[in-house]
Amino acid sequence: MQKKTKPIPQVYYTTLEELQAADFTLLELQLYLDTHPSDEKALQQFKELTEQRVGLAANYEAKYGPLQHYGRSKVAHITDWTTSPWPWEV
Amino acid sequence: MFIYEKKLQYPVKVSKCDPQMAKYLIEQYGGADGELAAALRYMNQRYTIPDKVIGLLTDISMEEFSHLEMIATMILKLTKDATVEQLKEAGLGEAYVNHGGALFYQNAAGVPWTASYIAAKNDPIADLYEDIAAEEKARATYQWLIDMTDDVDLQDSLKFLREREIVHSMRFREAVEMLKEDREVQKVF
Repeated sequence: MQKKTKPIPQVYYTTLEELQAADFTLLELQLYLDTHPSDEKALQQFKELTEQRVGLAANYEAKYGPLQHYGRSKVAHITDWTTSPWPWEV
Repeated sequence: MFIYEKKLQYPVKVSKCDPQMAKYLIEQYGGADGELAAALRYMNQRYTIPDKVIGLLTDISMEEFSHLEMIATMILKLTKDATVEQLKEAGLGEAYVNHGGALFYQNAAGVPWTASYIAAKNDPIADLYEDIAAEEKARATYQWLIDMTDDVDLQDSLKFLREREIVHSMRFREAVEMLKEDREVQKVF
């Protein structure tokens, strides 16, 4: 019933969690801005974090492959997208 | 359109094999107040809701799909090392004979998911109050799930999900106020 997956180094988890934390804050700010459309301060935070996120995602993808499919992320090898681990295997 | 991002919204860790807990967690996978119901409810309502609120429904719907993925991950991690005997002891014998180790959209009692769990009335107040109620019911369900496990790692992810329900409920309440204000403004001649 189980697949054999390669052991995952600790640094993978810390890099991933850094990105997850930024993405969570962005999501929270998005929902907040959806119901507080005139909050300029929140919008400014959102814009700044959007910029920072680009770097975090690029750093993750350089080491661990594409985050998105359909050509939204750069791909070097054919199996970059289809290679495990998938999020529920991590 | 929809794009997938290959990561969980929030990490999921479990510290032990626990098929019994996996059985309870299925309630939030395919149950009435679960993540699939929430995701589809908001996804569908957004087509006939006032402009101001479409963004909110879209954004929360997407987040609920991310939560659905987290629940799936919890169930898989809690059962991946279980023997068939352990699954049967946990009350998952019937699920195993039909699905093997596969997940399925049903609740903890084995009742399959149905669109009867969701509504769309084309009335923004009716729709948003349904959404608020859904979030409160999901929050309560996460509270019961947290109470039912002593696995601190699992509890961490469940507490995250519970907190998200609280925030979603707040946003839907704010959406109601936004629309009520609009109605007030329209009365001024």
